[in-house]
Amino acid sequence: MIQPIEAVWRDEWGRLLALLVAQTRRLDLAEDALADAFERAARTWPEAGTPDNPPAWLLTAARRRVLDRLRAEAVAARKQPLLAVEEQGGERADDVLRLVLLAAHPSLSEEAGAALTLRLVLGISTADIARLFLVPEPTMAARLTRARKKVVAAGVPLAIPDDDVLPQRLETVARVAYLAFTAGYAPGSGADVVRADLAGEAIRLVRLVRGTGRAAAGNAALAALLALMLLQHARRDARVDADGGLVLLPAQDRSGWHRSEIDEGLMLLAELTGTRGAAVDSALAAEYVLQALIAAEHARAARAQETDWLAIADYYRQLEDLTGSPVVRLNRAVAVAEAGDLGNALGLLDGLDEALPHSHRLPAVRAELLSRAGRHTEAAAAYDVALERCENEPEHAQLRARRSALRLT
Amino acid sequence: MTKYLVLLAGLENEWNDAEPADRERWHQDHVTFGREVGSAILGGEALDGIDTATTVRRRSGTVELTDGPYAEAAEQLGGFYLLEAPDLDQVVKWCALLPEIYSIEIRPCIQIEGLTD
Repeated sequence: MIQPIEAVWRDEWGRLLALLVAQTRRLDLAEDALADAFERAARTWPEAGTPDNPPAWLLTAARRRVLDRLRAEAVAARKQPLLAVEEQGGERADDVLRLVLLAAHPSLSEEAGAALTLRLVLGISTADIARLFLVPEPTMAARLTRARKKVVAAGVPLAIPDDDVLPQRLETVARVAYLAFTAGYAPGSGADVVRADLAGEAIRLVRLVRGTGRAAAGNAALAALLALMLLQHARRDARVDADGGLVLLPAQDRSGWHRSEIDEGLMLLAELTGTRGAAVDSALAAEYVLQALIAAEHARAARAQETDWLAIADYYRQLEDLTGSPVVRLNRAVAVAEAGDLGNALGLLDGLDEALPHSHRLPAVRAELLSRAGRHTEAAAAYDVALERCENEPEHAQLRARRSALRLT
Repeated sequence: MTKYLVLLAGLENEWNDAEPADRERWHQDHVTFGREVGSAILGGEALDGIDTATTVRRRSGTVELTDGPYAEAAEQLGGFYLLEAPDLDQVVKWCALLPEIYSIEIRPCIQIEGLTD
């Protein structure tokens, strides 16, 4: 059961912080004060009981803390830089969107923007963000400090930009959210295969942003991204076996997929690709739509053997035309092979070595395709290259098993 | 309000070697910029080439001069504006009016106590 304080934290952190930042114009102070208020709540609510209006209680506690700190600073006579904030009266419906656009500002690197957005908008702890991005906590703390300082010093405003700039800025938010999502699924160098819970926070972020108003709700890139993430994230439980090992797509128990999330993703996708749907007029949205269409094909197949690989191969071809990405071409080759055309699949791998010199997936895929073509000696050599490059323990074990299954003369 | 130094970097001689029509277009971009930004421009100049630059360094009591800019780079500083703006988004919006030949670096200025404005 979710404790009340955690529910309030999930629902209210971003809104409360947006409000405090707008009022104090001090990012560091507002964030510390709100974290402090939640800590105090965790100490006092279990005994004194949850207050009638938890957000109001937290806001009051945080404001008190802000005042204490400001008084202390006044005594020390230190003047702190203030955030650029538009003139305003009270709370506004789009306060949270302002905070999102500040944290996911294009003047920050996407990595820094992703970390800052998770921290400021969702209130995720520095330790958890560090775990998500597979860096030590002090490294992440330093990255966040640098990002906060840049935002304040460079004069990134807490404001909604003009209509001609807003769609582009919302796409930056999408990029940042997707970066956080994929970080959660990137294999680490250890045995920690899935940080899926944290990846799921990217879905929460996009839902929250889409709920801030018409511009965000109608943004095709955000809608397509939500569909894509829902379709992929729905498979999280089936990706891991009882021992914590990685289970690849064909071997997954599909009854373990979250059906309601798949249905929601398919519905969003239908709205985007349907005739009366919003026009997919941006390259980024088109990219997310194609990736979502691929995930949807997997989601629709009741069994792995029923997957429509011809359709998937064609989506990958379109995606390659759009992005020119060598990783997309590699995935396309896999799809073409699954559709039964080994010769063309191997041909698609030609020339990729230069673009992906450190990838273990490229030689692993080549080895698999060669072995299916009965060219076992060449396959063994390719597995050796893949094993040399692979640092992820579960994947290394799978590659070793596949290599030893080859019939070598 | 914050003061921002807007540094215009580009390929050396790109302006001089360009077709007259391009030069005229870029010149007009600066005119438009000047009109739009107006009194928020506190200053600005176009700089002569890096072959006219002198770099001064104080090293253990002596003043050392070197011929050329402080850093060798493909793109070099060709001019600057000093602006006053409420925030970074405003500066970025204004910078979109400038010629596309530049890499534009936007740097907020900090106030230093004891130095008169």
